[in-house]
Amino acid sequence: MSKQYKLIRCRINGKEREAMIDVRASLTDLLRNDFRLTSVKKGCEVGECGACNVLINGECFNSCIYLAIWADGKDILTLEGLEGPDGELSDIQQAFIDEAAVQCGFCTPGAIMSAVEILNEGRELSDEEIRIRMSGHLCRCTGYENIFRAVKKTMLARLAAAEKNK
Amino acid sequence: MYAGQSVKRVDAFDKVTGRTKYTDDLCDRKAYIARVLHSTIANGKVLRIDTSEAEKVPGVVKIVTCFDLKEKHYYPTAGHPWSTDPSHQDVADRLMLTERVRFYGDDIAAVVAEDEVAAAQALHLIRVDYEEYPFVLDVQKAMEDGAPQLHEAYPNNILKHTQIRLGDYEKAIQEPGLIKVEGWYETPVVQHCHIENFICYAEMEGNRITVVSSTQIPHIVRRVVGQALGIEWGRVRIVKPYLGGGFGNKQDILYEPLCAWLSMLTGGHLVKLDVPREETFVCTRTRHSIRNHIISWVRPDGTYAARKLEAFSDQGAYASHGHSICAKGAGAFPQLYPCKNVEVDAYTVFTNKSVAGAMRGYGIPQAMWAVESHTEDVVAALGDDPLAFRRRNLMPKGYVDGFSKNELYEDSFNQCLDKAMAAIDYERKYKEYQNQTGDVRRGIGMAVFWYNTAVWPISLESSSCRMVLNQDGSFQLQVAETEIGQGADTAFAQMAADVVGVPLEKVHVVSCQDTDITPFGTGAYASRQTYVAGFSIRQTGLLLKERILDYAHELTRMPVFNLDIKNGNIVRITDGRVLMSLGELATQALYSLSDSRHITAESTYQIKSNAYSFGCTIAEVEVDIPMCKTKLLNVVNCHDAGKLINPALAEAQVHGGMSMGIGFGLSEKLIYDEKTGRPLNNNLLDYKLSTFLDHPRLMAEFVQNPEPTSAFGTKSLGEPPACSVAPAIRNAIYHATGVGVNNAPADAHNLFRAFTQAGLIHDER
Amino acid sequence: MYDIKALYEAESVEDAIRLLQEHPQAQIIAGGSDVLVQIREGKRAGVELVSIYGIDALRGVCYDEEGAIRIGSLTSFSHIAADPIIREQIPVLGEAVSLVGGPQIRNIGTIGGNTCNGVTSADSASTLFAWDAIVELTGPEGIRHLPIREFYIKAGVVDLKPAEVQTAILIPKSSYEGYFGNYIKYAMREAMDIANLGCSVNVALSEDRKVIRDARIAYGVAGPVPMRTPSAEALAKGQELSEETIGKVARAVLQDIHPRDSWRAAKAFREHIAVEIAKRALRQSILLGGGVIRE
Repeated sequence: MSKQYKLIRCRINGKEREAMIDVRASLTDLLRNDFRLTSVKKGCEVGECGACNVLINGECFNSCIYLAIWADGKDILTLEGLEGPDGELSDIQQAFIDEAAVQCGFCTPGAIMSAVEILNEGRELSDEEIRIRMSGHLCRCTGYENIFRAVKKTMLARLAAAEKNK
Repeated sequence: MYAGQSVKRVDAFDKVTGRTKYTDDLCDRKAYIARVLHSTIANGKVLRIDTSEAEKVPGVVKIVTCFDLKEKHYYPTAGHPWSTDPSHQDVADRLMLTERVRFYGDDIAAVVAEDEVAAAQALHLIRVDYEEYPFVLDVQKAMEDGAPQLHEAYPNNILKHTQIRLGDYEKAIQEPGLIKVEGWYETPVVQHCHIENFICYAEMEGNRITVVSSTQIPHIVRRVVGQALGIEWGRVRIVKPYLGGGFGNKQDILYEPLCAWLSMLTGGHLVKLDVPREETFVCTRTRHSIRNHIISWVRPDGTYAARKLEAFSDQGAYASHGHSICAKGAGAFPQLYPCKNVEVDAYTVFTNKSVAGAMRGYGIPQAMWAVESHTEDVVAALGDDPLAFRRRNLMPKGYVDGFSKNELYEDSFNQCLDKAMAAIDYERKYKEYQNQTGDVRRGIGMAVFWYNTAVWPISLESSSCRMVLNQDGSFQLQVAETEIGQGADTAFAQMAADVVGVPLEKVHVVSCQDTDITPFGTGAYASRQTYVAGFSIRQTGLLLKERILDYAHELTRMPVFNLDIKNGNIVRITDGRVLMSLGELATQALYSLSDSRHITAESTYQIKSNAYSFGCTIAEVEVDIPMCKTKLLNVVNCHDAGKLINPALAEAQVHGGMSMGIGFGLSEKLIYDEKTGRPLNNNLLDYKLSTFLDHPRLMAEFVQNPEPTSAFGTKSLGEPPACSVAPAIRNAIYHATGVGVNNAPADAHNLFRAFTQAGLIHDER
Repeated sequence: MYDIKALYEAESVEDAIRLLQEHPQAQIIAGGSDVLVQIREGKRAGVELVSIYGIDALRGVCYDEEGAIRIGSLTSFSHIAADPIIREQIPVLGEAVSLVGGPQIRNIGTIGGNTCNGVTSADSASTLFAWDAIVELTGPEGIRHLPIREFYIKAGVVDLKPAEVQTAILIPKSSYEGYFGNYIKYAMREAMDIANLGCSVNVALSEDRKVIRDARIAYGVAGPVPMRTPSAEALAKGQELSEETIGKVARAVLQDIHPRDSWRAAKAFREHIAVEIAKRALRQSILLGGGVIRE
């Protein structure tokens, strides 16, 4: 049986992209191999660790268990898409640095992307809600403590900034 | 001074932007994909392997089986320094592929294919015939006469048995009025669960083989790849990029030799061996399950008359780090609670389980589970107070160990306990939670831990460092101690900047290590990176400084002893005048027509010291008895790790260790099917690593007594945070319910059994 | 890269039915969080797939003309949990599906996939059993409706005829009106876990809120498929609200359920927990309904 391909068009990190892809590919394969977006990590390949998490149309998905063909027409955001036009860090990336929330760094991209989904809601979450929303990421280095601090700090800073601009 | 400051990690920017390259990120896409076929029996012999169907899969490049291994070079896998004395060498019991299989998951064949689907399809089509032998999973049953034997050279499967005898135990227990307290305490098989699985890739250049590997120990891997392939070690080059965690699993030679061999068999083609999570659980390394039997003879005044420990350490199928782990725990036993009369017997025993190796804590988490659980039982038997008993009996200030010459220079235990108690409001809660009734009860418990830094005097400790000055006055820093996520590179940069006298950003740490380039050293283990690298960084930094000032003298004609380097400038000490920048000097030095010099420094420091690193955990729990559930409400660790080079990173490391301790105490265990020896929960769903929702806020406290043996006053912190958390939780549950769970983890299954036995829950029918 | 032999994408339900007829060996993939994992494990390696993930018509929650709550089969768990109709009428379903896996799984996992894979541990299933949900199946012959209890045949097998697609799950008005529910998932972790046992309870109280008018108690992992507890439910009917009633009814579930011994949990342990979580879910449901429980 000959291999089956599909042409997909999607937005990746703000840019319109096209790719002819093997229908057997996962979104992780597409992002890592075709677009060299290597922040998308493989930790389990079955949706249990969260290292490959990306945003699709604003929602978090484990790209390892998401077929690449489904990306057709979608808006995809990976960690590489967070920096500003001149390479400046986003607030949540800076918070991960400042709160020492980064150790080996392997779960970091996925965890930051879940934080982005939360922060984009623009509302104040309780500590428990933050924990629930971040609970799709396994981390063996940090005990989650400093990741929690980074997310909460950024949320409060954004809310304070929004309040000021009212 | 940068040492002591919470500067940002030198690698943090790249890690939050996705720039950091881990092994898989570096591998070219042309790589062939290798997969390993593992045995599906726990003990026996491979009779035949039929690869004919598998060979037909389009895209399959090569299939090799254990029968293709013509020259059998047995090799050791422990990430220990080599010993030139054969009697001290690690046990060489592994082959890249084996006919004689000793655990469910042993490596018997490998497929090389053009892509992962072809490799997976081929694996499924290989047919294997075995001759099955009976197998044994229980450590003490494996020691019985007539038990299935794993290795001929080790009768009764005992890899090693060591003893400690102090005083006269038998005589001491005759003392009238003694109270005997006895218990069995067991820890399960657990796994490291670094989020990056083990991965490596290999290719040939000329007649040399390069292996890029997610390893903690590149120079050791180089030696073992040479040993396993039977080639000169200089033909092997190991490259270590950033690691997605290691925790000791990658302090072992895993699949680097096999991957190198597969590349050689395919004409030196690039071959990638990316181990799936399920195989990482089973086929890399685990933490030794240790069963401990402790007997204490205590006087009514709450002091020890005699103590005895028997430890049975489950090695799994191959020797790996072997007895070192059990021996470390056994060695801690007499020291933690000094007593004149002590007997210790430690056994490391082969069973048909996954191979146990190094894991964060190296035997001490198991030993502390046993000792600190038992301490609580002793306290209960005496009607004593947990805190008072420990204060009375713990290793006192001034204690010196005869073997390591380690000395407890300060009253670390009491200082740590005081600080932890204050942080968690221990005394109030301890009183409040006494004698509760009802379904939901709270408790608070403590545990201490013993640890040391590095492995001296057991084996070689040396650290090498190289500094290479650039034209702009910055320099590259290379050491063989490895960044594996813990933040070592940042601490190294801080120390180097201080010694040489430059701003932190002028130190460029070369994080990616390459055995062709990186100075020799044995890598990341034994919580020794900051301690051992500190010596060579300090020595080499001073050497570099001497060469810089020597050249400064040539340029300025000022006497060297009146010169210093401060903040990246050559400064005259007498009046503080800046004579020139280090950049100006370095540019001059490189391009001078009269006296050109490439200013570099390199040196090796042999470390002949070690340092105690002690601390404690206090945990507060709420136990829902009918639900058999424990909720950890608060937990604090306090460490005396000497002077902290980077307090924020130190705190973060403690959090991570605590997290591992929480899993060890409450949820983690790798389980095996009694009927087949097959591992049952080797994935991240069924193996219960704690999640964001299983943790309370983690508190980390420090007592910073400068360590006098250390180049920067620092000592170990990597492993210690994982050592006392689990028994503190166990003791908190005991405080809440009066039920001691002696088999870790204190998960719902074990609590159900324990509560049923204690009559706290009843059959509802 | 998954070992997929061929993949056909359906754009509509009719399209899906046609593709399934043309490729009788093909299996349906919705969100894929089970199917893809099984392909990787080798269980379904080399499959042909019909992807229905792109059929947006199967997403969303609404009322049908009879007032039943209609949940499109492809509605993700997170969308169910956030849906205003669910939150107003059957919040327990939102709570139950919020306990599935982790946040990313709840974005990809669908209620249709969760029921069609026929597993007893599905967090949505016991709650749907408790609500007497109706499964809507669309096939070449048209649409048929099946009570969810009849949809499950045995472990891993549901009553999905060739070329048939599950298109919706319906909660009849008579099932939800006046009922209050609570779901307790019993697992080893607070997130990213599979239930060792799940209990979903619905209670309707008498007008004076002193008596249990009706109780529906359902379990996951108490048998090969999700199940109800007829003996316990019969016992509950007409009983006064008291701790004694709660205890009696909860203990009665043991006449109905038959959890098994497995490495995940022992039978005795599961039975003990089954009674305990029935008590707690009953108590909570009664309280939600405004009942006062006598000590």
